Amino acid sequence: MTAPAESETALEPVIGLEVHVQPITRAKMFCGCSADYAGAEPNTHVCPVCLGLPGVLPVVNEEAIRLIVRTGLALNCGIAAFSKFDRKNYPYPDLMKGYQVSQYDLPLCSGGWLEAEAEGEPFRAGITRVHMEEDTARLLHRTDAATGEGYSLIDVNRSGTPLMEIVGEPDLRSPEQARAFLVELRAILRTIEASRANMEEGNFRCDANVSLRPRGAEALGVKVEIKNMNSFRAVHEALRFEIGRQTAILEGGGTIRQETRGWDQQRRETAAQRSKEEADDYRYFPEPDLPPLAPGRAFVEEIRAGLPELPAARRRRYRALGLSAFEAATLAEARDRSEFADAVAAALPFPPARAAKLAANWTLGEAARWSNEHDGERLDRFPLTPAALAELIALAEDGTITGQVAAGVFARMVEEGGSAAGIVEREGLARVDAGDELAAVVRRVVAENGKAAADYRAGKTAAIKRLLGGVMRETRGRADPNTARELLERELGA
Amino acid sequence: MSELWRLSAHAAGEGLRAREFTAVELTESVLARVEAVEPRVNAYITRMDGIALEQAREADARFAAGTATPLTGIPFAVKDLIVTKGVRTTAGSRMLENFIPPYDSHVAAQLKRAGAVMVGKANMDEFAMGSSTEHSAFGPTANPWDTGRVPGGSSGGSAAAVAAGECLAALGSDTGGSIRQPAALCGVVGLDPTYGRVSRYGIVAFGSSLDQVGPIGRDVEDVAAILDGIGGHDPRDSTSDPAPSPDMRHYLGRDVRGMRLAAPREYFGDGIEPGVRARVEEALARLERLGCEVDTDLSLPMTEHALAVYYLIAPSEASSNLARYDGVKYGLSARGGSMWENMERTRAAGFGEEVKRRIMLGAYALSAGYYDQFYLKAQRVRTLIAREFRDAFARYDALVTPTAPTVAFPRGAKLDDPYAMYLNDALTLPASVAGLPALSLPCGLSEGLPVGLQIIGDVGAEGAILRIGHALERDLGQANRLAPLP
Repeated sequence: MTAPAESETALEPVIGLEVHVQPITRAKMFCGCSADYAGAEPNTHVCPVCLGLPGVLPVVNEEAIRLIVRTGLALNCGIAAFSKFDRKNYPYPDLMKGYQVSQYDLPLCSGGWLEAEAEGEPFRAGITRVHMEEDTARLLHRTDAATGEGYSLIDVNRSGTPLMEIVGEPDLRSPEQARAFLVELRAILRTIEASRANMEEGNFRCDANVSLRPRGAEALGVKVEIKNMNSFRAVHEALRFEIGRQTAILEGGGTIRQETRGWDQQRRETAAQRSKEEADDYRYFPEPDLPPLAPGRAFVEEIRAGLPELPAARRRRYRALGLSAFEAATLAEARDRSEFADAVAAALPFPPARAAKLAANWTLGEAARWSNEHDGERLDRFPLTPAALAELIALAEDGTITGQVAAGVFARMVEEGGSAAGIVEREGLARVDAGDELAAVVRRVVAENGKAAADYRAGKTAAIKRLLGGVMRETRGRADPNTARELLERELGA
Repeated sequence: MSELWRLSAHAAGEGLRAREFTAVELTESVLARVEAVEPRVNAYITRMDGIALEQAREADARFAAGTATPLTGIPFAVKDLIVTKGVRTTAGSRMLENFIPPYDSHVAAQLKRAGAVMVGKANMDEFAMGSSTEHSAFGPTANPWDTGRVPGGSSGGSAAAVAAGECLAALGSDTGGSIRQPAALCGVVGLDPTYGRVSRYGIVAFGSSLDQVGPIGRDVEDVAAILDGIGGHDPRDSTSDPAPSPDMRHYLGRDVRGMRLAAPREYFGDGIEPGVRARVEEALARLERLGCEVDTDLSLPMTEHALAVYYLIAPSEASSNLARYDGVKYGLSARGGSMWENMERTRAAGFGEEVKRRIMLGAYALSAGYYDQFYLKAQRVRTLIAREFRDAFARYDALVTPTAPTVAFPRGAKLDDPYAMYLNDALTLPASVAGLPALSLPCGLSEGLPVGLQIIGDVGAEGAILRIGHALERDLGQANRLAPLP
């Protein structure tokens, strides 16, 4: 047996992701309980229906159906004209009814795709299906302090909250593509306001299927499912680990076991959870308590018409305006950011490309910094209106004020409000050009900094920076730096 | 004013409205009757004497205030799978022996709203699985006509209570005949409404696509009035018909001349006792004399498949519906060992043999590799059965058949032979599978025991079958027949 040459490239990873997403609905999937249980006392968002008491029946939450159709459309899926709910039967203490209401063979959305970019390469990845199901209760495992015995408590608040399962095709070929897929999916879900899509909060949960095959082969290898990844970085790391593990086994002449493995964040490795030699039998059958779903054309088209511009379209638009790939992606990833920049650009009295560039600089610079300093606050809550910011940018661009003054005015506006023009006018912050005022300042600074002036004249030209700093201090930043430098050089050369 | 318990619900309602007696007096009379005969009948799992008297006092207040309804003050038995807030609801099972629900079913709330009086929770086959009320964790119910015989099932407690005078009317539930067959065997009137007519919210589920709550009473007028009280749309049941339920009493007392009836051949086959066949044929002759056209040549060949279809679909749904009883959240909990051992021990101890048999049957029919040939095929045949009925109702207003192939059989006679027990429901299963309304009413005696006649109607056509049943009942002159139980 000879090992293939260039084993690094002889095997190709095949990755498919399954993502569970909590949509943002007021009520749970099948009852009127509030779905917003974050931080609530255990078992306070419950009723007979989500407790699964004898005799209760489900009623479909139309808001959740609207959100999943919206999600399906944003992922370029077809929306089924006839769909239904099914029961997935399996016993577990977190499952109040002993079955989960889900969708089996007729999901609401199927056959979609999303486009993303990894390592500078754009790619398209298929979306097999998006279906609706209900979440389970949460088990809290405890240990009795006195006896040391383990026991479990059940918090039913999460039971019956809606959950969208998004199943991706095995179209991804690297951990980088997998991460890009997730970033794009998150951006889409947030843009259409379907979900908070936050992995750390648990409303965006990802499992991965990964297998290897000889590059160029059609047939798929034996796949391993990876669970328990709690961040995008964990997904990336876990896939890299797993690809390495499988590569080592295959190159050593071994075979891959079909199994579920859990990502251990501490040890940075995957470990076998349970063997999948025996396929689970969930005894799916159509949920008899719910009539079939038949979303009409008008219902679907109304939702389609209400979709906002999606991240990919935003990226294309920004690229066409000359923004860098990074700028385009960073703006498009967050709708608040993108819309803020768009509004700033629209208010600027410049041609579109220049306006877009300026808006992007300020949005990704000053505004994003404010957002970071405020716990990731959304830019639709930014204290400056896009028009007010545009006015400031325009003053800086047309030379009315210097860049240094602009930064100061920006900080004042964030703190105190007011218009840029008003602050500049009131405080006399307009740029000072070559003229008597600036010339006098230059002479005074040179006179007061004899050491720096002497250094410069002795050939240490870098000393001019100290003098320039002095001029800027004296003018409160109003001096145009280039003019000030020219005047200084002339003064020192005299 | 003695023996008020002998009155029909509508007769009692007239007396209450005329202030001939009070609801408290009526309820006291019924409670005394319960006290006297319950040791022999065992119709109730849980008696509610205190609540009943309280409700009777409230009913009297409503008569005084002029806010009474046709059901105000009427003492009811309620099958024990109908969830009642604060009153334990066992579904006839050890599993729920101590389950006290924190909410009311739709029908229980409707009865309360109407001012009815609840005498108790009626005995039943465990989780409504059975045809004799012998499969109850709380002991069998006796047939008031012959206490050595079964009352039918699964709503045997409800039917026996009506026949024995332990209530004036009752609610039962029907999945494959569980209202009609016990009504037939106890000589009272039972109606299984169209699937979707009455909300299932708060009905402990057995076969979700088949379960339907319905009334049991001493005459046709009573069941019509009760259906008016409990029927209609309920947004909490997504399978409930959104259309308003028509006023059923509107159809009573009408002429039946020219109505087109058929007695399908498949319902008069070899398994029918001669005495049962004779009473039903005599009733058909009466209906002809009343002006109905009766066709005895109709053949419905899909009928014979209803039993197989039912025994695949109902257990499949039951195997899933009963998964929630795991000892973790409420009801019986056999503690000790691991989580899985807890569940297994709870289910082993909490469920009776018949329930276990049907869970096994259903889990098998749904399992991978068998789903297509069992559950899915059964659903397809179910569609064919419904289509065959639909075609028949293009030509006939109703179908007339025996309700059960035999009169009440002795206790224990079929306990060891599940298939013989299942055959009891052969004549009621087809209408259930098709979601059709069907009425059972007494049409005479055979060997001193009641014979039931079934009238099956088209989807939503309770009015037609009540109209025919009411006309026949009047002609037979046997309304409000109580069992001859001393």
